[in-house]
Amino acid sequence: MMLELSGVHAHYGAISALRSIDLSVQVGEVVTLIGANGAGKSTLMMSLFGKPRASAGRIVFDGEDITGLPAHEVARRGIALVPEGRRIFPRMTVMENLQMGAVLADPLNFEADLKRMFALFPILDERRQQRAGTLSGGEQQMLAIARALMARPKLLLLDEPSLGLAPLMIRRIFQVIRELNRDHGMTVLLVEQNAHHALRVAHRGYVLQHGRIVLSGSGRELLASAEVRAAYLEGGQPAGRRAE
Amino acid sequence: MRAPVLVHDALTLAERCKDAASVALIGLLLGVPMVGLTTVDQGGALQVATRWPLLGAFVLAVFVGRLVLRYSIDRVSAGKRLRERAEGAATASSAGGAGWVRQLGIAALVLALLMPIVFSDNRYVVDTATTVLIYVMLGWGLNVVVGLAGLLDLGHVAFYAVGAYAYALLSTQFGWGFWAALPVAGGIAALAGLLVGWPSLRLRGDYLAIVTLGFGEIIRVVLVNWTDFSGGPNGIASIPRPSFFGLPFRPPGDTPSFAGFFGLEFSPMHRIVFLYYVILLLCLITNLLVTRLRKLPIGRAWEAVREDEIACRALGINVTGVKLSAFVFGAMLGGVAGVFFAARQGFISPESFTFNESAIILAIVVLGGMGSQLGVVLASLVLVLLPELGRDFSEFRMLLFGAAMILIMIWRPGGILSRREPTLRVARKEGGA
Repeated sequence: MMLELSGVHAHYGAISALRSIDLSVQVGEVVTLIGANGAGKSTLMMSLFGKPRASAGRIVFDGEDITGLPAHEVARRGIALVPEGRRIFPRMTVMENLQMGAVLADPLNFEADLKRMFALFPILDERRQQRAGTLSGGEQQMLAIARALMARPKLLLLDEPSLGLAPLMIRRIFQVIRELNRDHGMTVLLVEQNAHHALRVAHRGYVLQHGRIVLSGSGRELLASAEVRAAYLEGGQPAGRRAE
Repeated sequence: MRAPVLVHDALTLAERCKDAASVALIGLLLGVPMVGLTTVDQGGALQVATRWPLLGAFVLAVFVGRLVLRYSIDRVSAGKRLRERAEGAATASSAGGAGWVRQLGIAALVLALLMPIVFSDNRYVVDTATTVLIYVMLGWGLNVVVGLAGLLDLGHVAFYAVGAYAYALLSTQFGWGFWAALPVAGGIAALAGLLVGWPSLRLRGDYLAIVTLGFGEIIRVVLVNWTDFSGGPNGIASIPRPSFFGLPFRPPGDTPSFAGFFGLEFSPMHRIVFLYYVILLLCLITNLLVTRLRKLPIGRAWEAVREDEIACRALGINVTGVKLSAFVFGAMLGGVAGVFFAARQGFISPESFTFNESAIILAIVVLGGMGSQLGVVLASLVLVLLPELGRDFSEFRMLLFGAAMILIMIWRPGGILSRREPTLRVARKEGGA
């Protein structure tokens, strides 16, 4: 078991944002967490990094209890987060962004890792000297993913990677997630509003509603489930596409 | 892809003519006295003659010239934009940009080295240049904190004061020399930075500014009131001046002195010039340190924290630690500048360390372009020299000073040099250009 949350509660002041979350991610899996706005998806992601701190329950990563550890300590243990809204360093170049990602990694691996990233995202190679803030949204998302991967994490967390991207770019991002998992054995926990894409790429999924997990199952099961379709897919996809 | 370029090109002929006509009108106004009127020598007496046809040609030339200039500027910038889109924006402009900043820096260094030789008999010039360099050093110290790490520090003068008083007390009470006290006083200022930074760097932006502002005032108030320790408002006088490898700058007497040792005629200028070179040396060391640090992981982390704290946390960077290191390093540089200040003045009092100083140092960093080393130098020149040059305008001096600052911020909203140099350059791929 790579990551296991058991009975995790979290609060923002008096407001409870997560209630008794049980969730697990196995080595080599892509697990997705879907839910509407404000369901607590990002809160769940951030609570892994201790902000907000889990007020009850346990978070175990790779056999070690990481509940309430400060964010940088969590990252040090091999969890890399691609934050919501990308959060690249806009005034720094693409190269510098990637270097910042490699802070925790062995410097000896840097060149090899860089080559890997450029193979995965050729556009970053072309733009390595460009200020990251001048990249397009999709390119920034790729940079954010590459930056996270430079740390050689055991577990990659992606927080709404498709947010604000063009459909073609969204497709490309999900393709990359699939590649990472299939070809590089990367374990991925993916938080998404775009349930359609997320469930298709994921082995398993959880549905979050009002801070509670209301449904879980394999990606295919969830994609077929009437509840999920009604809540997250109907209207989200054009009628003609639903049949596929 | 072409749309924005076309929009930009779409200045109509009428608009272009109007623009050129308004420039031609200025040309006409300037041209009447300069071109239209001339004096001719007619048998010993000067007569004013008119040259209206020439003026007409001049104005026409201005009109046409403006049209052509405007058009070609638009063409060039439109072409450039297209090219940048094709190649990737920063690559095209960064190669050229780095070159001239470097050249300007080298030119400034050569000027700074030669300055006291050229003005060796002008005490005022060398003194003013020394003041500029003190502010350059303070600016570089604060630049690490504000420009690189993005922490708004309104109390930088506190560390300046700590350094100055540390040297003053070490030298007058314990007889320490300048060079021995320099690193120790810098260390004491760094310690002060650690003490303030440790609890307060968890705060964000505005709150940190308030805490540092308060700290700056606390230091000043303590210095004013703790008479036994700091001499209170009377300050500390007769602080020993630095000597030239043990040779004091003194009129020849029983003990060896600088002038006596080198067989020169004693001149008070020796010390002034020596002090100038000392601060220049300190500045160069500072610059070397800061530019090196920027290229190391710690310097990159400073900038990354300025850019995005949350991303830094997610990448496993201890944000508080990174901020603290920038704050302490900046404090140390401020302290070293303080040591030099005390040694140069020979007398310090809390009067020299008011909030005003903090504001000027911050203005230097912001005006220079946050994070730019050369920008700090240029801004220090502007901020020290402007009030000096303005002395002729007596009571309007500060008004001019304020107006100049406003103009700079209008013309260069990001500071004089706002372009950020990447900390590393990678060989371009073949065919990439």
